[in-house]
Amino acid sequence: MSSRVFKVWRGDKSGGRFVDYQVQAEEGMVVLDAIHQIQRTQAPDLACRWNCKAAKCGSCGAEVNGKPRLMCKTRLDALPPGEVVSVRPMRSFPLIRDLVTDVSWNFQVNQKIPPFTPRPDATWIMQQEDVDRVQEFRKCIECFLCQNVCHVVREHDLKQHFFGPRFFVRIASLQMHPMDGLDRMALLKDQAGLGLCNVTKCCTEVCPEEIHITDNAIIPMKERVVDRYYDPLAWLWRKIRNAR
Amino acid sequence: MTQTELTAAADHGVGMTARRDAWWLQPLLIFIGLTTFGVYAIWAAWQGNNYLYVGHGAYYLSPFYSPDLQAIFGFQPPFSFAFLVLWIPLGFRASCYYYRKAYYRSYMLDPPACAVGEPKNRCYQGERKFPFILQNLHRYFFYLALLLLVSLWYDAIRALFFRGPNGGLQLGLGVGTLVLFFNVITLTAFSFGCNSCRHLIGGQLNCFSCSCTTRTRYKLWRGVSVLNLKHMEWAWVSLFAVGFADLYIRLCAMGIWHDVRLW
Ligand code: SF4
Ligand code: SF4
Ligand code: FES
Ligand code: FES
Repeated sequence: MSSRVFKVWRGDKSGGRFVDYQVQAEEGMVVLDAIHQIQRTQAPDLACRWNCKAAKCGSCGAEVNGKPRLMCKTRLDALPPGEVVSVRPMRSFPLIRDLVTDVSWNFQVNQKIPPFTPRPDATWIMQQEDVDRVQEFRKCIECFLCQNVCHVVREHDLKQHFFGPRFFVRIASLQMHPMDGLDRMALLKDQAGLGLCNVTKCCTEVCPEEIHITDNAIIPMKERVVDRYYDPLAWLWRKIRNAR
Repeated sequence: MTQTELTAAADHGVGMTARRDAWWLQPLLIFIGLTTFGVYAIWAAWQGNNYLYVGHGAYYLSPFYSPDLQAIFGFQPPFSFAFLVLWIPLGFRASCYYYRKAYYRSYMLDPPACAVGEPKNRCYQGERKFPFILQNLHRYFFYLALLLLVSLWYDAIRALFFRGPNGGLQLGLGVGTLVLFFNVITLTAFSFGCNSCRHLIGGQLNCFSCSCTTRTRYKLWRGVSVLNLKHMEWAWVSLFAVGFADLYIRLCAMGIWHDVRLW
C-alpha cells in the first residue's frame, strides 16, 4: 500500500481551490475509490456524483489530470506513478459544488430531438446488418464527457447553437434506423449546428464506450447534409428520380 | 491537508491545460510533417524538370507530373505543367476529413489538442461559413482523385516495361517500379477509405438488406469501412510514398541515385 497525493477541486459557483489529500492507494483502486476514501477519512462534505461504479451509469465524469474521464473507470495504476493526481469537475457545465456539475443543458437539448417515429410501412422485421450501426450508438451511457470536451462548447461556448456530439450520435441512430420515417436533416443542419463541428475528434478520444462518434455518426451525418443541401449532382439526381 | 491557489478556470487561454502528458507532441509532429511535405511538393512542382527517368530503358514518371500532359497534348505552358493537375490531390487532401482534423489542430490550434485552451475567437463558425463551408465539396475531389488514380496505375504498370537495345519493350522490374507500385497502392487504399466514398457506396442507405443492389452495396461498404478505420495511417503512408516516389525519380534523373534493375 502506498500513499498518493490527490489535488481535488473544492468550491462552488462563487469560487474555490484545489485541496491536497493523502490517499492510501491499494491494488486495483480507481479514482472514484480514492474520492470515497477522502470522503470517509478526511472530507465528509466532498460532493461527487456516482451510482454504479461499473462505468455504466455515466454519472461520475470528471477531469483527471486534465483529461475528461469516468472516475470509476480510471485506475490509479494507469496514471503516471508517484505524481500528484488532480481531479476537478467537468469544465463545460455550470458548477454546483466540488465535483458535481449541472448537466441539465444536455437534457434540454435531448428534448429538441423528435423521437423515433415509425414509417407507415414499417414491417418490424429487421436484419442484424441493418441495425449494427444503430446498436453501436445505443452503447451511449450519457456521461456527457464528449459534450464536455468538445471545443465548440468548452472554448467557444456556443451551447445555444449546437447540440453536441452526444446528440449527433442520437440523431444518427434515428436517421439510420431502418424503420424510422422522420427526416431530421434540417434540424441537423440548422438548429443542431452540425456545421460548427470541425471534426477534430476529441469526442471520440474521450468516449468511455469507445463509440466512433466522429467516423460513424458525425461524418456520415455531414455527408447526408451534403447530399441534401450542398451537392448539385445529388440535387439533380433527386429531381430526375422524382420526375420519373 | 494543504490548499493550493490554482483555480478551476486555470486552462483558459491558448495552450493552457491541466493535462500533464505531452499533448503538444502530436500537433507539433503533424505541423512538421505537413509543412515539410508542402514545401517539398511546391518546390518539386515548380522545377518543371527531372520528373521523368528514362535511363537504362526504364520509364518512371513522377506522380507529381502524372498524367504527363506535356507529352499527351504536346504543349508547353509558361509554368510547370505539374500545377495543372496538382490542385486535385491538394484539394482532395485539404478537404479530407482526416487532414481537416490534422490542420485545424496543428495550424489553427482550434483546438491544439483535447481539453487544451485555444486562441480566443469570438466569431467561430466551424464549417458553416466561407471558406470552410467549401469542405462540403470533398466528394468532388474524390471523383477527380479517382481519375488521377487511373493515370498513376498506368504509370506504375508502364514502369514494368523497359526498352531493350533493339527498341522493343520487355517486361522487367526495377527499384523504381516498386517505388511507383508502393505509391499507387497506398494512394488507392487512402482514396477508397475516404469517408465520402464510404457514404456514397453504402453509408447513405438505411436498409442494407432490402434488395440485391443494397446487399451488394453493403458488402462494398464493409470493405471501404475496413480501409476507413485506418484512414489516418493510409493518409500518412501515401503522403510519404508520393513524396518519396518523386524524390527517387528526381535523383535518378539527376544522376545522383542509380536505379537498380532487379529483374
Ligand atoms: S469532432 Fe466535432 S463534435 Fe466532436 S469534439 Fe470535435 S468539434 Fe466537437
Ligand atoms: S457518446 Fe460516449 S462520451 Fe458521449 S455521452 Fe455517450 S458514452 Fe459518453
Ligand atoms: S459511477 Fe456509474 S459510470 Fe462511474
Ligand atoms: S480522403 Fe480522407 S475523408 Fe475523403
